[in-house]
Amino acid sequence: MAEDIKKTIIEYVRKEYLDEDSDQQITEDTKLITSGIVDSFSMVSLKMFLEKKFQVKIPDDKATPEAFDSVNNIINLLKEFTPL
Amino acid sequence: MAYSGKAKNHYSTELTTIRGAGLFKEERYIKSPQMARIKVEYPVGAPSKEVLNFCANNYLGLSSHPEVVDAAHKGLDSHGYGLSSVRFICGTQDIHAELEKKLTEFLETEDTILFPSCMEANAALFEVCLDKDDAMIADRLVHASIVDGMRLSKAQLYNYKHLNMEHLEEKLQETQGCRFRMIITDGVFSMDGDIAPLEKICELGEKYDAMVMVDDSHSTGFLGKQGKGTHEHCGVLGRIDAITTTLGKALGGAAGGCISGRKGIVDLCRQRARPYLFSNTVPPVVVAASIKVIDLISKSTTRRNKLEENTKYFREKMTEAGLDIRPGVHPIVPVMLYNAKLAQDVSRDLYEEGIYAIGFFFPVVPQGQARIRIQISADHEREHLDKAIAAFTKIGAKYNILGKKKDEVIAMYGM
Amino acid sequence: MAVHERVREFYRNELTELQFADLFKDERVIHSPQGADISVEYPADSPLSQVINFCANNYLGLSSHPAVLQAAKKALDDRGFGLSSVRFICGTQDQHKELERKIAKFVGLEDAILYSSCFDANGGVFEALLNEEDALISDELNHASIIDGMRLCKAERHRYKHGDLKDLEHHLKETQNKRFRMIVTDGVFSMDGIVAKLDEICNLADEYDAILMVDDSHATGFVGKTGRGTHEHYDVMGRVDIISTTFGKALGGAAGGCIIGPKALIDILRQRSRPYLFSNTLSPVVVGATIKALDLIDESTALRDKLDDNARYFRRRIKEAGFEIKDGFHPIVPIMLHDAGIVQAMARELYAEGIYVVGFFYPVVPRGTARIRVQISAAHEKHHIDKAIDAFVKVGKKLGVLK
Repeated sequence: MAEDIKKTIIEYVRKEYLDEDSDQQITEDTKLITSGIVDSFSMVSLKMFLEKKFQVKIPDDKATPEAFDSVNNIINLLKEFTPL
Repeated sequence: MAYSGKAKNHYSTELTTIRGAGLFKEERYIKSPQMARIKVEYPVGAPSKEVLNFCANNYLGLSSHPEVVDAAHKGLDSHGYGLSSVRFICGTQDIHAELEKKLTEFLETEDTILFPSCMEANAALFEVCLDKDDAMIADRLVHASIVDGMRLSKAQLYNYKHLNMEHLEEKLQETQGCRFRMIITDGVFSMDGDIAPLEKICELGEKYDAMVMVDDSHSTGFLGKQGKGTHEHCGVLGRIDAITTTLGKALGGAAGGCISGRKGIVDLCRQRARPYLFSNTVPPVVVAASIKVIDLISKSTTRRNKLEENTKYFREKMTEAGLDIRPGVHPIVPVMLYNAKLAQDVSRDLYEEGIYAIGFFFPVVPQGQARIRIQISADHEREHLDKAIAAFTKIGAKYNILGKKKDEVIAMYGM
Repeated sequence: MAVHERVREFYRNELTELQFADLFKDERVIHSPQGADISVEYPADSPLSQVINFCANNYLGLSSHPAVLQAAKKALDDRGFGLSSVRFICGTQDQHKELERKIAKFVGLEDAILYSSCFDANGGVFEALLNEEDALISDELNHASIIDGMRLCKAERHRYKHGDLKDLEHHLKETQNKRFRMIVTDGVFSMDGIVAKLDEICNLADEYDAILMVDDSHATGFVGKTGRGTHEHYDVMGRVDIISTTFGKALGGAAGGCIIGPKALIDILRQRSRPYLFSNTLSPVVVGATIKALDLIDESTALRDKLDDNARYFRRRIKEAGFEIKDGFHPIVPIMLHDAGIVQAMARELYAEGIYVVGFFYPVVPRGTARIRVQISAAHEKHHIDKAIDAFVKVGKKLGVLK
C-alpha cells in the first residue's frame, strides 16, 4: 500500500515538475523543496493534488516546507490524517 | 514592548544563517542619477567609483532623460507634489485620466487603471476578477508579485511548466468545470529574457474559453516594432484580456503600474481593487513625467531601435567571444556560469573592471543555473558595450570558461 | 479574443449591481495642486468649481508646500527621475539611506526600511517575520493593507474587538504557547479619528511578552507634542517595537511608506520582505522631497500646532452648531448622521456650497453609523473653517438635521 502511494507521488512530481528532457532521478528521499524542484509556490498545487487523490484535508499549519521536502516526509504527513 | 531577548536573538541568528549561506543581499549606494555611467559607493565607506551600469531596467534610457526630468518639473509646478489621498476621494487629477487614456491608446486595449506600483496591480487583479469557482492557470515562473496576487485570490490555483503549451492545455482540460479560467503569464521572464508564446496562449485561451493575463513589465515600451510589448511582438494586439505593466522600468523608472485591458475588468477594479481603494494615488510628478514618456515613445521608435541594435550587437559579440549566453532577442542577456560562487566571483571582477552587473543564483534561479544577468539599455553607446565585452573576455579567460560548454564549466566548478 | 460575451456580461452585471446599491465610486477630477482651495471638475465635463478641500490626508499642508516642491526639483536635477530598479540591484542612492536614518530617528527607533507605499510595507512585514509557530493578534478595524499583509502570513490569526483590551488580553492568554505573538493596531483609525490606547496596549504587550506593531499613517508628523506619532501622544516612546507609516499623507503626500523598528528586524526585512525585494525602489524625487518634509517638521512644530488649533476650533464650532461628532482631538472629525441617504444628500449639498467632503456609509462603516468625514489641515485658514461651519449649518437646517 505504502509502495503504491510512494509511486503515485513520485510519478506526479516527475510529471508535474520536471522537464521532459530532465534526467533527474526522484526517489523517496530526494529533497523536493530545498533543492528547488518544487518551489514553495508550487507546493500549493502539490497539496491540492494530495488532498484530492487521498481524500484528506491537510491543515495549512501542517503544510510546511519541511513536511513536503521529500516523498517520505509527505507520506508521514499523510499518515497523520488518514489510515494509510 | 516585548521585542526583548527572545525575538532579538531569533532574528540575529536568522541573519547569521543567511550570511553563512552566502545569501546575504548587500546594497550598493549610488550617488548619481540612473544612466549608463553611474557613481557607486561600495563597499560602504569606500570612495565613489564610476562604473558602467548593466543591471538597471532602464531599457530605453529614459530614467534621467532631460525631457522626462523637464516634464516632471512642469508637473510639480502645475499639479503639485503629492495628493495625500486615494483616487476616489480627492486623488484624481486631470492628468491621471490623461495618462490612463494614453496608456490605453499605446497598448491598444479598451481601458486602463493606474496603481502605485505594478506589484499592487498584480496584487489586485485576481481577487477582483476571480472567485472560488474559478481557476488561475499560471506559468510556473511568473513574477513574485503575481504569485502574491494569486495567493490573495480565492480562485483555485494551477501551474503549468514554464512555457510548456502541452502542459497548459492539460490544465485547461482539467479545469473545464470551472466558471471562469484565466491563463496567467509574464510577457518576458526577467531571469532569462525568454518570451511567452502569446500567439499559442491566445489560441488556447480562445479554444478553451479562458481569459489571458500578461505581465508585460519587461517589455512595455520596447518589445514589438512600435514597442507596445509582447502582444505586439507576438502579433496578438487586442487579444489579451488583461495586461499589467509598470512605469518603473523602461517608462521612466520612477514608480507606478497599471492594469490595461477589457473595460469591464478595469471598471470593476476601480470599484473593488483593494490597493486602488486603499493605497495612495500615483503622485502628480510621476504622472506628468510618464505622460511625456508615452508621448516620446509613441512619436518615435528611435530609442527602441537603438536598444534592439545594442542588444543584437552585444549578444553577437559575447557569443563570438566564447561566453555562454542564452539565445534570444531580449535586452536581458543571461551569461551562464552555472556555479553560484563563480557567478559571485565574476561579478566582483567585473566591478573591478568598471562594469556593474549582478550575479543570480539559487534560490532566485534554479539550482545549477547561476548566471550574470546583463541588461542592455538604449543609453549604452557602442564604446560602453565594447568595454563590457572586453571585460567579460578578460575575466572569462582568467576562469578558463571561454568557449566551454555547460558540462565543461560544471566539471571545473561544480553546480 | 478570449473574453467571451459570458464574462463581459458577468462583469457588467456586477457593475450595475454596485450602481443600484449606491456603492458605485465616482472619481472627481481635480485640476489644481492639492491644497485648501482646489478646482474640481464634477460631474465629468462640467465647468470647474472652486471648492475648499476637507477630505485630503494633507494634514500638515505639505503636499504642495513651496519648500517641499523646491526639494523635489532639486532631487530631480541632482538624482534624476527614476531608478528603474529594486533596492538591492541598483536602486539604492545615498539619499535613500539618509531618509531611512531620518525617519527612524524622528519616531525614535533604531532603523527603517523604505517601501513604495505603506500598503506594500504592511503587505510585506508579517510574512517575513512570523511563521506558523507564531500568532498575530489584530484589532478588527485595522486598515485593509494590514489585513492583506496578515492574509499572506502563515501565523495564526486572531482578531480582537475594536479597542477592547479585555478581548485583546483574552487572545494573548489563548496564544501563550506560541513562539512569538504580535499585537497589531492602527495608531489612529481613519474612519473615526480614534486613537488606540497605546499606553494600556503597551502594558499588555509587556505583561504577555508580545511584540507590538502600530500603523501610524494617520499620526506621523502631527500626533504628539512634537508630532512623532501616537506613541508620543501616550508617552510610550521606546515601548512600541515596530511602526509602519506612510509618506503619502502628512509627509508630503506623494508616495512611499516604511517599517521602523529594531535593527535586526529591519535587516531581516531587507533580506526577505517580498515587496521590498520585488518592487521598485522609491523614486529619487520622492526621497528628496520627503527628507525635506521631515526636516521641516523636525525643526519646528509650527505646522502641527496650527493643525491642532484648527482641529480644536472646528470641533468646538461644529459641536456648538448642534452636530453630533465623535469626541477626540484628531483632525479626522466624523460628523455622525447615521442615515446613508442623508449623508449622501449632505455631501452633495455641501459641495454645491463650495465645501468638498466625503460621506461614508455601510459597508465602509457599520450600518447606522453613516457619517461625513471632515479632515482638517494646517493648510486651512480660519476663514476656510468658518465657511465650512456656515455651510454645514445651512445645509443641516435645509435637510432637517439641525433644528
